[in-house]
Amino acid sequence: MIPERLLNALILLGLIAVPAWALWADEPFTITLATRAVILALAAVGLNIALGIGGLVSLGHATFFGIGGYAMGILAFHAQSYTALEIGPLTLEGTKSMPVIWAVAVVFSALAAWGIGLLSLRTSGVYFIMITLAFGQMFFYFAISWSTYGGEDGLSIYLRNGFPGLNTLDPIQFFGLCFAILCAVLFAKARLMASPFGLALNAARQVPGRVEAVGLNPQRLKLVAFILSGAITGLAGALFADLNRFVSPTMFSWQFSGEIMILVILGGVARLFGPVMGAVAFVMLEHWLGGLTEFWHIALGAILLGIVLFARGGLIGILTGKGAAHG
Amino acid sequence: MAEVVLETRGISKAFGALKASQDISLDLRKGEIHAIIGPNGAGKSTLIAQICGTLQPDAGAVLLEGQDVTGWPARARATAGLGRTFQISQLAMEDSVRENVLLGALGARGTPWSFWKSAKADAALTERAEAALERVKLMEQADVKTAELSHGQRRQLEVAVALTLQPKAFVMDEPMAGMGAGGSKRLTGFLDELRAEAPILLVEHDMDAVFALADRISVLVYGQIIATGTVDEIRGDPQVQAAYLGEEA
Amino acid sequence: MSSVLLAEQVLNGLQLGVMLFLTAAGLTLIFGVMGLINLAHGSLYMIGAFAAAAVAGATGSFLLALAGALAAAALAGAIIEMAVIRRLYNADHLDQVLATFALILIFSEGTRWVFGSFPLFLDTPDALSGPMSLPGGIEYPKYRLALIGVGLAVAVGLWLLIEKTRLGIQIRAGENDREMIAALGVDIRKLYTLVFALGAALAGLAGALVGAIQSVQVGMGEPVLILAFVVIVIGGIGSIKGAFVGALLVGLTDTLGGIFLPELFKLFMEPSSATSLGSSLASMAIYILMSLVLIWRPTGLFGARP
Repeated sequence: MIPERLLNALILLGLIAVPAWALWADEPFTITLATRAVILALAAVGLNIALGIGGLVSLGHATFFGIGGYAMGILAFHAQSYTALEIGPLTLEGTKSMPVIWAVAVVFSALAAWGIGLLSLRTSGVYFIMITLAFGQMFFYFAISWSTYGGEDGLSIYLRNGFPGLNTLDPIQFFGLCFAILCAVLFAKARLMASPFGLALNAARQVPGRVEAVGLNPQRLKLVAFILSGAITGLAGALFADLNRFVSPTMFSWQFSGEIMILVILGGVARLFGPVMGAVAFVMLEHWLGGLTEFWHIALGAILLGIVLFARGGLIGILTGKGAAHG
Repeated sequence: MAEVVLETRGISKAFGALKASQDISLDLRKGEIHAIIGPNGAGKSTLIAQICGTLQPDAGAVLLEGQDVTGWPARARATAGLGRTFQISQLAMEDSVRENVLLGALGARGTPWSFWKSAKADAALTERAEAALERVKLMEQADVKTAELSHGQRRQLEVAVALTLQPKAFVMDEPMAGMGAGGSKRLTGFLDELRAEAPILLVEHDMDAVFALADRISVLVYGQIIATGTVDEIRGDPQVQAAYLGEEA
Repeated sequence: MSSVLLAEQVLNGLQLGVMLFLTAAGLTLIFGVMGLINLAHGSLYMIGAFAAAAVAGATGSFLLALAGALAAAALAGAIIEMAVIRRLYNADHLDQVLATFALILIFSEGTRWVFGSFPLFLDTPDALSGPMSLPGGIEYPKYRLALIGVGLAVAVGLWLLIEKTRLGIQIRAGENDREMIAALGVDIRKLYTLVFALGAALAGLAGALVGAIQSVQVGMGEPVLILAFVVIVIGGIGSIKGAFVGALLVGLTDTLGGIFLPELFKLFMEPSSATSLGSSLASMAIYILMSLVLIWRPTGLFGARP
């Protein structure tokens, strides 16, 4: 059994070591895989604020991932086609600058999460799951019918967007950027979990009646968690779009919402590094099993079933010898 | 007569044909423990829920320090000074004992919107939380996971969370429920002192505790208060004996 | 717009609605009785369609194909209930979502493995091919009319089953109080397997019936699953009546929205943008409908009030 802190450190170390090795061995594809794992981890860390701490089973987080993706796609599309972006009376220019794109992605996914959360939190339990799913579908179909930005075919962006001082076309530099963001978000989330807000949210998941009885509003705590959660997943969406230099409605698909949830459960719910572990394991499975057989989803399904039925703590739970999800 | 802190004026609540509360008027005065007793199904929990704001009465009013709080949500009543304990412990079982009282301290502060600084490193919060733990003698268990506490210790923690709010009035729903004799006795002694800080509306099945503590007792039967008076008056009331005490004896 | 076209669209909406009802009825029954949210319900729909296509391919008989669909879906339902689902009744919703999502992965890829990625086709029976003349000069495909008929018949049958039979009494008791039906001496495990298999069979039947007007392919179950979710959320989870009303509402909204919204926007917009905005909104119409219902009634039209 490994202490959880050591395991967390090992995960981070592995995430640095593998691309470093790939750089030395001249295996750029491995760096891209590692980048993919880091970005998916970021999306799942976002979801886990709502899911793990807030207890909000959102089956619609692809919405925010997609909004982040389209924020990148739309801004970069206007920049590369030298067309203006007209929103009502406003005329804006596109941009190829990552920091600007990220800010737009975060703001719009947070706004969407605010609206969706406000409506969805009127319900609870199964209704909450289904209404978040339905909002995701709404955005999915909207993206499909939005012909200005490629409709069903999506948008290709020819060149990766830029970040001041870095050559983002170099896989290792783009990896480093994504990795730094993931670390920063993990650090912020660790602070959040220990903060008064985290404490109250944690209680709102377990005993909302008690939170009311001490004078706090559990629903509002959950709404704020949902917004933070959506914003982070949105940021991940913008990075994911930049990794692939492509956005399409599949970023909004409900299967993707399910996949982000799988990442969380695979690693371990309510554990800071659970989503990271889950994303790394997922990308490895996808790569290796996917290389062995095109039907690797059968194995993924079986593994997922095994974890849900027999190992609720996920991989981190198994490796640290702590069974239950909430430690 | 001492100042009235908490009051209900003719509150009524029906669930279909079942009249759970019928025109209930009672008050809680400064410095006293006012016990509500009654057989199971008399409507005690419904009454508590209406006082605390988790249920709205069909008619009547609830007043806290003279202010009409009817229609206010439970959290607003808590902020206004109503501290309650639950019949079935409402504690974050996965968290430590300390975290549960920290939540109360956070409620007393009124705003949970602090995202960066550690709650446990916040001196004002911790002081308030630990003071409450000290008072119910749970300081040694502060870092134990709440799920690992004994039943009696959980009941003490329930009271501690309410203490962190430093309320104007306590509403306690069977604080002794399921406690051993030793635990009940200690808690009885504690509540005895507590009434000087804030009066306690006490719903309790433990008759020894009620008779030892209560300044006044109201008897609730079928959603109606059939008698209110001192311990001796209630003991001697033939109506009460017929309706309630007779059954128990 | 002519009244003939309108009538045709209403019939299309009804046809979509009753097929959704077949899928949604099982979903809502399973939730009502066992408290389980089953994402893999769409897979059972798919299994029905594939079984029908396979049986029809081997025997050439549409009726045998339907029987095959019912049997295959019910059997698959019973097997997963006993192997997996049963362990989830007392689990939280997150576990149920994840485990049944895992089942989707297994079923979808398993089906692709067995049948390949190319769509299969199921022919409508000869007796029901071609259009039928309805009063008012409407020509409407016989097969689609038959679908409406079958859907309504199943709805009536289900109503009779639940209201009038011993099994129905047990199901209704199960929705209210699990301990009570155990006390009545009902083998609750058998009852749950039976209810699950019944729900699965209905979904499989819908898959087979719809398979004859669409292609039979992997992934066909998920869009229907999500529509069925919308249906039961609108109707109120656990309510068969709600599922019926919700299914017709969703079927009609989806079909009519696609026709009317672009027309509506043409009244005050230029045609090309009216068409594109109208069709965007039409594809989102049922989700908007669902949000409105939930804002008005957070537990659906016929759902139990908390």
